[in-house]
Amino acid sequence: MEGLLVSLYVFVLAIFVGFEVISKVPQMLHTPLMSGSNAISGITIVGAVVVAGRVESPVSTVLAVVAVVFAMINVVGGFVVTDRMLQMFKARGDTSK
Amino acid sequence: MNESASGILDVAVGLAYLVAASLFIVGLKRLSSPRTARRGNLLGAIGMLIAIVATLLNQEIVSFTWIVAGILIGSAIGLWLAKNVKMTSMPQMVALLNGFGGGASQLVAGDEYLRYAAGTISPSLDVQTTIMLSVIIGAITFSGSIIAFAKLQEWVSGKTVVLPGQRFWAFAMFMVMLGIGGWLVIQPADMTLYIALNAIALVMGIFFVMPIGGADMPVVISLLNSYSGLAAAMTGFVLKNNGLIISGALVGASGIILTKIMCDAMNRSLPNVLFGAFAGKTMGGGGPAASAEGKTYRSVGPQDAALLLAYARKVIFVPGYGLAVSQAQHQVREIGEMLQARGIDVSYAIHPVAGRMPGHMNVLLAEANVPYPQLIEMDQINQDFEHTDVAVVIGANDVVNPAARHDKSSPIYGMPILDVDKAQTVVVLKRSMATGFAGIDNELFYDEKTRMLFGDARKSLLAVIQELKNV
Repeated sequence: MEGLLVSLYVFVLAIFVGFEVISKVPQMLHTPLMSGSNAISGITIVGAVVVAGRVESPVSTVLAVVAVVFAMINVVGGFVVTDRMLQMFKARGDTSK
Repeated sequence: MNESASGILDVAVGLAYLVAASLFIVGLKRLSSPRTARRGNLLGAIGMLIAIVATLLNQEIVSFTWIVAGILIGSAIGLWLAKNVKMTSMPQMVALLNGFGGGASQLVAGDEYLRYAAGTISPSLDVQTTIMLSVIIGAITFSGSIIAFAKLQEWVSGKTVVLPGQRFWAFAMFMVMLGIGGWLVIQPADMTLYIALNAIALVMGIFFVMPIGGADMPVVISLLNSYSGLAAAMTGFVLKNNGLIISGALVGASGIILTKIMCDAMNRSLPNVLFGAFAGKTMGGGGPAASAEGKTYRSVGPQDAALLLAYARKVIFVPGYGLAVSQAQHQVREIGEMLQARGIDVSYAIHPVAGRMPGHMNVLLAEANVPYPQLIEMDQINQDFEHTDVAVVIGANDVVNPAARHDKSSPIYGMPILDVDKAQTVVVLKRSMATGFAGIDNELFYDEKTRMLFGDARKSLLAVIQELKNV
């Protein structure tokens, strides 16, 4: 139970940090913020990798591997698409691509 | 490996998660300016790489085959999606990615559940609780996001779909879900109930997004974004991994902030958006087109529109979802540049909820190479409309409806709008006189200084470009 309490502290404090950091993002960048933070939520990959590495039952392995695939789509798709968007934001009409 | 060496490894792995979480925070912070944003995103990606590599050192892992296979397949799909998605389809993309994140959380929790249910390890109350929460949040995020994706992709109706007894069933399901979840915390061995819990949570997600219409999508996507973060944090609780908890909490917070901004921009509360009070109100109005009768509007051809623009001193473009639908962003930019070459002051007014997700219009116009200093937020640009000769509304409707300012009976009363009607002349590009998503008639279209340019926005703008060349 004590471990849970510590985790809860971490969770709540991190939410406050999130509010502080993100409330300053301008409207212009809301979509990249969303896709970028979305990629970060793919951190579930860590959990997926851990459970996929155990050898327990076939069912468990299938669940875990699908979880790895899902999380990895989330991570790679999220970061790459965010980068693709952000490289388009230019201050002047720079047409070089 | 001996005892102390494995202890050191554990500490190293823990520290790596801390570094990853710090990189996420710094990366998100850098997203606050277009100059540093790209670097920020890269920092986030590096953080993720560090977290994944550190996880591979975890000593619970005995087989790497499946992990590597999963990582390769997932990366390939993710990369393909990210490289091929059109900028106009970005809301669908984000919804889909959200769904995958939520689904992954649900599955990881499921895998943990199997271990406890099999009796290999005795369950503790806190672990069981977090597993159930993780399953519920993950499943709702997954199915809700898939429905949002299908709506945005127009695989299912983007309109408000009200199922019979919607609220009652949603509430009943919610209570049953909590009941089963609670029971499973105490009696985890019942596999049938566990599967039922998953199924009910998935149906909940569908019920939750189905009634929400297209124009409210920015709120729903923001909220699902928040859920996907919470789901990741819950997975962190299950696995007792603070790195996951911090990262998930950051995303959860980000989604909550965006949700609030979107609700404020529509002057509606979150429950109002989610439980469809909006739909009920307009439906009671006895048919959306009724109020349009007997009023006259003035239509205009591309030639006259081009003349109006060519002899203006200040022009403001007001893009909406219609711009995304007809993919007209490049044509808008081209006209903008032609006008600027004539010495005309050109800017773009961006309403916070224009489009289907927060910041949707900014991304489209950035793709078309519109310099971002020309994209101006509502609060700053509203005072400029008075001194504007021509405001060009492209596929926007409710966000420029003056009824929001004065008509207390209007469902959008109180919503902050772009004061387009204060410009000297307003040119509205629209397919027809049909009402917008909300079914609300727009008095702007009947204003005597408004000119309607009917047709697909892209084709209309191409015609205007041709005419501008001859002026």
